[in-house]
Amino acid sequence: MLMASGEILTHKKYGEAYHSLTIVSPEIGEQARPGQFVSIRLREDSAQILRRPFSVYRMHKQGGWASTIEIVFDIRGAGTRYLSQLRAHSTIDIVGPNGRGFVMPKRRAHCLLVGGGIGAAPLFFLADELRNEGHRVDFIMGARNSGLLLNPIDVRRLASVYRMTTEDGSQGDRGRVTDVLAETMERCGTEVVYACGPHPMLATVSEICTERETPVQVAVEELMACGYGACMSCVVPVRRPVKRGEDPEDAVVYARACTDGPVFNGASVVWHGSGTDAVATDQKELTPANVAVRDTGLDEPEDEHAPPGN
Amino acid sequence: MPRTKADLTTNLAGLELRNPVLVASGTFGAGREGSNFIHLNDIGGVIVKSMTLTAWRGKPTPRVCETPSGMLNAIGIQNKGVDHFITEDLPWLVKKNATVVASIAGNTVEEFVKVADKLRTASGVAAVEINISCPNLEDRNNMFAHSPEATAAVIGGVKKAIPRIPVFAKLSPNVTSLSEIASAAAEAGADGLSLINTLMGMSIDVESRRPKLAGTYGGLSGPAIRPVAVQAIHEVHAAFPHVPIIGQGGVMSALDAIELMLAGASAVAVGTANFVDPTASVKIVAGIAEYMARHGIASTAEIVGAVKLEG
Ligand SMILES: Cc1cc2nc3c(=O)[nH]c(=O)nc-3n(C[C@H](O)[C@H](O)[C@H](O)COP(=O)(O)OP(=O)(O)OC[C@H]3O[C@@H](n4cnc5c(N)ncnc54)[C@H](O)[C@@H]3O)c2cc1C
Ligand SMILES: Cc1cc2nc3c(=O)[nH]c(=O)nc-3n(C[C@H](O)[C@H](O)[C@H](O)COP(=O)(O)O)c2cc1C
Ligand code: FES
Repeated sequence: MLMASGEILTHKKYGEAYHSLTIVSPEIGEQARPGQFVSIRLREDSAQILRRPFSVYRMHKQGGWASTIEIVFDIRGAGTRYLSQLRAHSTIDIVGPNGRGFVMPKRRAHCLLVGGGIGAAPLFFLADELRNEGHRVDFIMGARNSGLLLNPIDVRRLASVYRMTTEDGSQGDRGRVTDVLAETMERCGTEVVYACGPHPMLATVSEICTERETPVQVAVEELMACGYGACMSCVVPVRRPVKRGEDPEDAVVYARACTDGPVFNGASVVWHGSGTDAVATDQKELTPANVAVRDTGLDEPEDEHAPPGN
Repeated sequence: MPRTKADLTTNLAGLELRNPVLVASGTFGAGREGSNFIHLNDIGGVIVKSMTLTAWRGKPTPRVCETPSGMLNAIGIQNKGVDHFITEDLPWLVKKNATVVASIAGNTVEEFVKVADKLRTASGVAAVEINISCPNLEDRNNMFAHSPEATAAVIGGVKKAIPRIPVFAKLSPNVTSLSEIASAAAEAGADGLSLINTLMGMSIDVESRRPKLAGTYGGLSGPAIRPVAVQAIHEVHAAFPHVPIIGQGGVMSALDAIELMLAGASAVAVGTANFVDPTASVKIVAGIAEYMARHGIASTAEIVGAVKLEG
C-alpha cells in the first residue's frame, strides 16, 4: 500500500453508462491483486475532501508501458462526475493497492464469477488471473438493462459458460443473476463462487452457495473515510466460528472492509439487518479474544477455497 | 527554501515531543495502519484510538458521511480494550520509537479510572488524553464534557490513578462556556488540554428522509471546523496562558497548524487530513520548519499565542 501519482493514459467509455480510466502507476500496478482497490483523491482545492475508492478493474503489464491499472465507474455524484471529465495526461493522486483480494483456488477448479451492474468491475481482473493460473471461468453477469451490463464482449471471451440477465429482459434472461445461479452452478460443476455487486445480491448469492456448501467469496462496498484501516468507518458484521459454550451473538465481530476485506467469506457475513440487528447493542462489550477477525486463525484458509478475513 | 535548522522540540507539561505535530485519536488507528506511509518517529507523537476498559463494538453502519469541507462520523469508539492495547499495540509502538499518547474513554468515572490504572505500569505511555466526549451513564447519558462537575470528577480520578503521567483533557466545543469547563479540568489536575473534539452534526438524505448516519448524530471534523478550533484555543489560552494546549480541528497543512499555534496551541494533532493524505503529518512537520526559517523563528514556543490583536 502506498501513495503515488498516476498519469491517465486513456479515458474511454464502456456502453453508455460506464467510464474507464487507465492509469500509469507502476508501483501500485505491480502490487495489485484481484479484489483490491485504489483510493483516488479529487481536486486538491475541493470541498469534497475524502478519497473515492474504486476496484482495480484490469491490470495491464504488457506493452511498452509500465504497469497500468484500469478502473471503471458510473457517475454517482460530484466525485465520479469530476473523474469522468479527466482526460489523457492529467495526473491523479492514488493510494493503493488497498485491502485483501480474492483467494485463488489452490488446485485447478471450476470458478463461477457473479457480477451485478458496475459491481462486476473486480471480476474482470480476477477472471484474467484465474485463467492465467489454468482455472476454468464461468460468468453470470446481470444489470437492470442491457446498457448497464459491464463489458459483455469480454465476458463472452473470458468465460467457458456465460449467462446474462437483465431486469427488463433487454438482453439474456429476464430477471436477476440469483435466478439462474443454482442451475448454472449445477451445469458448470462449480466449485467456488466469486461475487461482487449490490448488497442484496451478495446476500442471496451467499445464501444459495451456503445451502449448496459451495465456498463463496464476496467483495463488498462500504462507505469509507480512510481506506487503510485507521478510522473504523467501513465495518461489516462477520460471524467467526462459535467457540464451545459461547453465545453465538458474541461471535459476531465488526471487520473493516478496507483492510480485513473487501473480500469476505460470504457464508460468514451477517447479511440481514445490515448490521443493525445483528450487532444490536451499541458499544456492546466484546471479549478481547473475539474482536479480532485476524486473530481467529481463519487467515489460513481451512480448505482449498476458503476465503480470507473472517 | 531556507535551510536554517529550526528547533522543533516541544515540551507540554512534561510531555516531550520531537516536534509539535501529533496524529489525532481515531484517525491513525494504533499507528500500525498509518505506518505504511510514514515513519512514526518523524512526527511528534501518536494519539491512539480511544481505548476503553473492555472492548467496544461500536455503532452500526453507515458510520461516516462527507459534508462540505468535512465529514461526520459516528463510530462509537470501536476498540479492542485497554488490555489489548497494552499487550499488542504499545510494545509495537515502542519498538517503532513512537511517542505514544494513550486516549482513554468510558461511560462512568470508575471506567476511566480503571483504564488509567492499567496504563500506570505500562511502559511507553508518554501521556494520556482523556476523551470526555462520551455519554455519562450516571447522568442520563449527558456527555461528561458538557458538565464542569463530571469533567472534574473524571480528570481528578484519572490524575489520582496516574499522578506521574501528564494528562490532557480533551474538550468538546459544544458547550456554553468552554472556559468554565477548561477551568474545571485544570483545577481537577489536568496538565494540559486538547482542543477541540468534533462538533455535533447531522445530515439527512432528502430522498429517503433517513439520517445519513446510522447513529443519527455524528461528530463533524475536517477543515470546516478549523475556525471553531482557532477561536476555542484562543479563548482558553487567553484565560489560562499556562495550561498547554494540543490544538486540533481541521489542520490540513503546515499553515493551518501555525494558525492554531498562533491562537495558543503548543502542539497540534492532525486528524481528518490523514484520510485525505496519509503523509499529511510529516509534510506539516516540514512545512512548520520552513515557516520558522522563513520568519527567523528559533523555537516553536515563539509562535504559541503570538497572534497580534492590536497594532
Ligand atoms: C472497495 C470499493 C470499491 C469500489 N469500486 C467501485 C468501482 O469499481 N466502480 C464504481 O463505479 N464504484 C465503485 N465503488 C463505489 C464508489 O467509491 C462510489 O461510487 C464513489 O465514491 C461515489 O463518489 P461520488 O463523489 O461520485 O458520489 P457521492 O456524492 O460521494 O455519493 C453518491 C452516492 O454514492 C454512494 N457512495 C459514496 N461513496 C461510496 C462508497 N465508498 N461505496 C459505495 N457507495 C458509495 C453514496 O452513498 C451516494 O449514494 C467502490 C466502493 C468501494 C468501497
Ligand atoms: C473517524 C474519526 C474517529 C475519531 N475517533 C476519536 C476517538 O476515538 N477519540 C477521540 O478523542 N477523538 C476522536 N476523533 C476526533 C479527532 O481526534 C479530532 O479531535 C477531530 O476530528 C478534530 O480534528 P480534525 O478536524 O483534524 O479531524 C475522531 C475523529 C474522526 C474523524
Ligand atoms: S475506511 Fe477507515 S478503517 Fe476502513
